[in-house]
Amino acid sequence: MTLTAETSRSTARQWRERLLSGGSWTVLALLVVVLVVIVVINPSFAEPVSLMAFAKKAAPLVVLAVGQYFVIVSGEFDLSVGSLVGAQVVIAARLMDGDEALTWPVLGLMLVFGLLVGLVNGLVTTLLRVPSFITTLGMMLVLFGAIRLWTGGAPTGALSESFRVLGRKGFPDVPGQFQVPYALLVALVVVGFAVLLMRRPFGRSLVAAGDNAVATAYSGASVWWLRTRAFLLSSFLATVAAVLIGGFAGVTAQVGQGLEFMAITAVVLGGVALGGGRGTVVAAMVGALALEALFTLFNQLALPSTIRPAVQGVIIIVAVAYAARRRRT
Amino acid sequence: MRPIRALLAGTAAAGLLLLTACTTDAPTEQPPAAEKSAAEEEPAESGAESEWFVQEDYDRELAQRDVEPEGPADQPWLQAIEPEYVDTADFAGEGGTSEGGDKTLCFSNASVSNPWRVTGWITMQQQVEVLQEEGVIGEFRVSDAADDDNKQISDIQAFVEAGDCDAIVISPSTTATLTPAVEAACESGTPVIVFDRGVNTDCMVTFIHPIGGYAYGAVGAEFLVDNLDPGATVLALRILPGVDVLEHRWAAADKVFSESDIDVVGVEFTGGDGAKIKDLVTQYLQRGEIDGIWMDAGDGAVAAVEAFEDAGQPYPVFVGEDEMSFLRKWDETGMTAIGNVYSNFQWRTPILAAQMIWAGEEVPSEWVLPQEPVVQEDLADFLEANADMPSLHYAKFGGEDLPGYPEAWTDR
Repeated sequence: MTLTAETSRSTARQWRERLLSGGSWTVLALLVVVLVVIVVINPSFAEPVSLMAFAKKAAPLVVLAVGQYFVIVSGEFDLSVGSLVGAQVVIAARLMDGDEALTWPVLGLMLVFGLLVGLVNGLVTTLLRVPSFITTLGMMLVLFGAIRLWTGGAPTGALSESFRVLGRKGFPDVPGQFQVPYALLVALVVVGFAVLLMRRPFGRSLVAAGDNAVATAYSGASVWWLRTRAFLLSSFLATVAAVLIGGFAGVTAQVGQGLEFMAITAVVLGGVALGGGRGTVVAAMVGALALEALFTLFNQLALPSTIRPAVQGVIIIVAVAYAARRRRT
Repeated sequence: MRPIRALLAGTAAAGLLLLTACTTDAPTEQPPAAEKSAAEEEPAESGAESEWFVQEDYDRELAQRDVEPEGPADQPWLQAIEPEYVDTADFAGEGGTSEGGDKTLCFSNASVSNPWRVTGWITMQQQVEVLQEEGVIGEFRVSDAADDDNKQISDIQAFVEAGDCDAIVISPSTTATLTPAVEAACESGTPVIVFDRGVNTDCMVTFIHPIGGYAYGAVGAEFLVDNLDPGATVLALRILPGVDVLEHRWAAADKVFSESDIDVVGVEFTGGDGAKIKDLVTQYLQRGEIDGIWMDAGDGAVAAVEAFEDAGQPYPVFVGEDEMSFLRKWDETGMTAIGNVYSNFQWRTPILAAQMIWAGEEVPSEWVLPQEPVVQEDLADFLEANADMPSLHYAKFGGEDLPGYPEAWTDR
């Protein structure tokens, strides 16, 4: 009897520690709390149709957060993903201009372009030893400016219907009825792939490189190539996110703006340490969901959407301060 | 202790952000609203009760919609509503480096950062080419400020200091900040032409603009009131707060809605981002039916329509713009809609005004261009006329008779 009581007490303490530790459990608890509050305010949110609509909306950020996770856990930043998403959507719209036949060739080109951006980010950071903060900030501006130059300021053209299927449709394809969005499936595949990758030697070395690059190098791993691959993954996933976002809402001049900070906020919210070496990819995913849920909640509370950047800033600071607290104790 | 520190950091950050949020530039010349009473010491931030709403301007703009404009009916960019002409004989044949033909025209552009400005900018360049071939304009010198007030101020200064501009055309990026720069340009003696957004001075020879934001906002709101039953729900989608042209649109719409039985269920800022628009509309549809959508600019209108499609809901009564993607969607879906117009053809007028000023012909001191929405009856005509145009083109661009038509606009 006493033994059970003691065990349950210690389990309770364990849980409390887990929930307050600032790691993946904290963000999961936050996600649950936010979702519960949304449902209390607006019960229709709990309906499967609404939940699937939420999943469809959140999927691109999940994909971006996973990409950002690889880079952050290896000790770097990727600020260029928002601009890259915007550039990819604008390039796709202009090149295909609604022509179905061009969908696949343009997708191939986007992939090549995405990987090229990732390669440049990675090599400039690792071989030229430019801090990734500067490299990717530069890349963000280069992409933003180059796209404006190329399009004369504002996007033109249109995305083909088949391009938009992944981001917009689901099965069964009956509007207004329950459907599983393809975007959700894409996000699940990406997360599954990332979890497997992090269990492979590549993933473990990547975390080690973020924790202590010198020690990792002495252990025989090639740190520059590890980090370059992280940038390649980030740019690749930004391209996937571009397909989802372009599919979701089509092409507008503002597409992609601010997504890099959304992704970084999501990762940090998931308890992944800035500077690398700590945190799980699942937590980054939950962080992305929690951030989207939080914005949905603000919308339900009729807060102006202009409050978003302020909240993001506060979240980044509080989350990092919270994580720092854990590290010291 | 430590959680407290974390909290403090958060609070400090929030405070900082609030502070910076207050430093945005707001036009200073905002006459107090006519019906402001003592009870309303703190006016709403936007809408008909706000400092943005000026009853006089609202009444004037609404009346101007019914005034028959002077000038050729097939060239709306040369029409003017209730013009008061000014003499420009002083500028004829003098000023600058060149006499007679081959004048140097200088243009300080706020930006080409949205499809509306890109469309207008193409039209303007085509008009300049015509005058260059006629030998009226020798050099067309352009600087683009990329939405940066400081850059535009130095752009204008550079034109003034160069001293060889025979006329300076300015499309200001913001009202209050650009006023001194425009005044300085006026003082140089070169004829100054301002178009699109205004400045707080009347020193320029002519200020060219369509009727304005109040008329734009009211047209859409009246359309919704006329086409919806009393008690119907309307969602208003706005781009961003604090920009006078956009605030006027919403203030007028808010005024019209407040005098009707329409239930405005939400007013949301979208940044013109399609993904955000679609997400917001989807969330509103989860909570209840939406009968009408009012937008302060057409960017991303199609995303809002798609949200209804994807939610399996009937189409709303829709207030969009004359952007081709929206007009095409309107035609495909057969919904009840109106395409609001902020006359894109106004980009031609400043060039022609410069030609008139150099010739010593009189021009209206405030050149108010007509601003007529696209309605169901005209829709087919506009779709046919612009069949080859890209989706982010504006139907009332007014360049059909220029030599570069249509390639200049289709291959952008």
